[in-house]
Amino acid sequence: MSTRHTPGAAERPSPPSIVRPYGDTTGDGMVQVSFTLPLPHDKRAEGAALQLAKKMGMDPALLVHAKPMGPDFTFFVVYGSVTHLVDTREVVVIEREYPLLAAKEINLAIKRSLRRKLVVVGACIGTDAHTVGIDAILNIKGFAGEKGLEYYREITVVNLGAQVLVPDLVARARAERADAVLVSQVVTQRDAHIHNTGQMSAAFREAYPSGQVPLLVVGGPRFEEGTAGALGVDRIFGRGTTPGEVASYLVHALVPDAPARVAS
Amino acid sequence: MVRLARSHTTVSVERATLRLAGLSGADHEGIPWVNHLVDAVRAEVGLERGVTTPVFDALRRGEAPDLLILAQKAASGSVSFQLPDGRGLTAARRAARREVSQGIRRIDRQRVARERLVRRHGDPKQTPWIYLIVATGDIDEDIPQAQAAAREGADVIAVIRSTGQSLLDYVPEGATHEGYAGTYATQENFRLMRAALDETSKEVGRYIRLTNYASGLCMPEIAVLAGLERLDMMLNDSMYGILFRDINPVRTFVDQRFSRQIHARAGIIINTGEDNYLTTADAVEAAHTVTVSQLLNEFFAKEAGLQDWQLGLGHAFEIVPEIPDSFRMELAHAMLARQLFPKAPLKWMPPTKHMTGDIFRGYLLDGFFNLVGAMTGQSILLVGMMTEAVVTPFLSDRDLALQNVRYVLGAAGGLVEDFHPPRDGFIQTRARTVLGEAVGLLEAIVADTSGRSGGVPPLLAAIGDGTFGLMKRPADAGKGLGGVVERAPGPDGYDNPATTLLEEGSSR
Ligand code: B12
Repeated sequence: MSTRHTPGAAERPSPPSIVRPYGDTTGDGMVQVSFTLPLPHDKRAEGAALQLAKKMGMDPALLVHAKPMGPDFTFFVVYGSVTHLVDTREVVVIEREYPLLAAKEINLAIKRSLRRKLVVVGACIGTDAHTVGIDAILNIKGFAGEKGLEYYREITVVNLGAQVLVPDLVARARAERADAVLVSQVVTQRDAHIHNTGQMSAAFREAYPSGQVPLLVVGGPRFEEGTAGALGVDRIFGRGTTPGEVASYLVHALVPDAPARVAS
Repeated sequence: MVRLARSHTTVSVERATLRLAGLSGADHEGIPWVNHLVDAVRAEVGLERGVTTPVFDALRRGEAPDLLILAQKAASGSVSFQLPDGRGLTAARRAARREVSQGIRRIDRQRVARERLVRRHGDPKQTPWIYLIVATGDIDEDIPQAQAAAREGADVIAVIRSTGQSLLDYVPEGATHEGYAGTYATQENFRLMRAALDETSKEVGRYIRLTNYASGLCMPEIAVLAGLERLDMMLNDSMYGILFRDINPVRTFVDQRFSRQIHARAGIIINTGEDNYLTTADAVEAAHTVTVSQLLNEFFAKEAGLQDWQLGLGHAFEIVPEIPDSFRMELAHAMLARQLFPKAPLKWMPPTKHMTGDIFRGYLLDGFFNLVGAMTGQSILLVGMMTEAVVTPFLSDRDLALQNVRYVLGAAGGLVEDFHPPRDGFIQTRARTVLGEAVGLLEAIVADTSGRSGGVPPLLAAIGDGTFGLMKRPADAGKGLGGVVERAPGPDGYDNPATTLLEEGSSR
């Protein structure tokens, strides 16, 4: 995510490090949750819902809605004050490890250092046919007001589209002498995205001499941050990624002496 | 296009014909016997004359006592096929027609059974009919979920298929438990779900309809299985496979025609997939492509024998909610479809692309979607889920969604009587613009002469140069092209008893 400098932010006092949820007054700790229990709707089920709320740290908890769904299930909405405090100093944030560059800077950096175009091969692999996400990154049309990688003069984009088999992807990446391979995975049921990504990275490592594997990048709305290593890829991009972020990362990872300036 | 469809066959059309003749089952690796038999015939004598003539000729010559054993022997390469002529030809064709007609008659009986059950249990009390999706991947989980949904008010249950099935060039066998984001369409899964919903229909006092997908490389076979197992609606779009699955255009149009002939005979309502144009492109800019696709779907459907009441043409609520007047434009588009196809059971589909993790906003959007459905008299309403962008629906998501539908239909269902947008107002003007753009696009397709020299019909040329969904799909590329075969002309040329029976409307 890009962090933008908000005028006047510096003058405001910094937020407290210990906080509780805010309902309508500071420190009231109010939250709302909804869930289903596999119980018929009766007094006992309502008591069970409150017991769960207490165990989740809601005390006092107020059962505001209970509705039977068929003979065997009940749906609940519970409001309550949570007893937990959160300490923002213990939160670990993965900061973007590369500067955001403007299109011009990206083109210039590639031209100066590589002296050729940077080649990117993209695909949805396995049985996944959700191409809208990878197209948002690659196609000229782009995403969120930013043009896609095809728009960059110094980047050559080969977009293979949907349901590409891993061996075909590897073959094409070799034929095109890809610097980076961009793969999208949207379907996550039964961890399909994890299996497919693992299979893909293994295939690349088998097909290329070590040290020459192209940069492997995967994206999709439901990858977990920080799992790139476990999946055998170089980086993961999640929900709301913009093409500019991806292009900046590619330059950071692939172009020696890339500019370190942070675009404002 | 129709001439092209009539002058070709495909491996899947031939396999579907063998399924009608009663061949089912698969080898220990799950490869169906119909695949083995069609492949063996093709390798030896080709499919230009159809699969049934050499197959029934082989049976007549005593190569095997029945179709199953013939297929098993063919799989191990121990049968020789021939192309008979004279008396042999007449006899083989007669035998083929006799066997295939049994499958057709079973489809006819299922249609009669449906009509009887609808009379007994009744149709839904309201329109639109409420259409809900289940998709667990496991038929044993799907069944209780579908039954629960029907008890909560669903009139139509759709079982979504596993990802990837559309590109399998065979139909999996048996009850399945391991689909990805959907459950495999198999004859046994169809049978199990239909039987379960027959029970539930009795219990809830209305006939619960069952839907699946006739798309992908096995469109004709799935259509046959749906007819044999009394499914009630089938997703069946004339261009979806080409544009969104990169299936070869000729393969698609040939398969589509046969599958729709089967649906017509089976009394199945087809559902077309115009929603897909709006999830891949901008719903305002692409609004007219929906109209064009509806018109094409209608044309190809009628040509294959489907009637107005069987045309569940699709459209969807997919305009970016944040743009000004988005709701008024949705109303305009929905009314346009309603007025263009007054007798068709239109299928109205909910927002998906602009749903986010903000489920509260999503619930409101779904309410507005339901309201458009009520105000414009849609026929089938696919229920939207507030968790669309998050998970495959929880039990409670479905329950809340159905409450939303019931509230809107109950409170505003009658608005269809009162709601007449003023002449030349925003809604009429917008509808006229979309219709104008649709006509313009159709004219551009007709005028497209890029394929003339190669004998490619204008529609195929248009698909080839990226007119639809921005996807370029040339007629000589795409998956499944290898399974397309040109029919041999003349009286001893191509023969397919299924096509003959369907086109004659006869049953023997
Ligand atoms: C549009 C859509 C479709 C369209 C896809 C059309 C197309 N050409 O892509 C169609 C209708 C074909 C479709 C089909 C199916 N779909 Co669908 N679909 C959606 C929908 C509505 C929107 C997805 C989308 O386009 N988002 C917009 C894009 C821009 O976002 P994005 O993909 O997250 O991409 C961004 C980032 O993630 C990232 N990114 C993504 N990829 C990459 C790659 C790289 C390299 C990088 C750097 C970044 C990056 O950058 C993008 C821009 O920010 C979602 C629901 C939803 N609202 O999210 C369901 C959804 C994704 N679909 C789903 C399902 C189950 C299916 C089907 C399996 C249903 C079925 N059984 O038939 C089929 C699957 C077919 C297949 N073989 O894959 C489920 C997935 C559930 C899950 N988590 O597993 C969802 C979540 C709906 C649901 N709740 O059930 N679908």
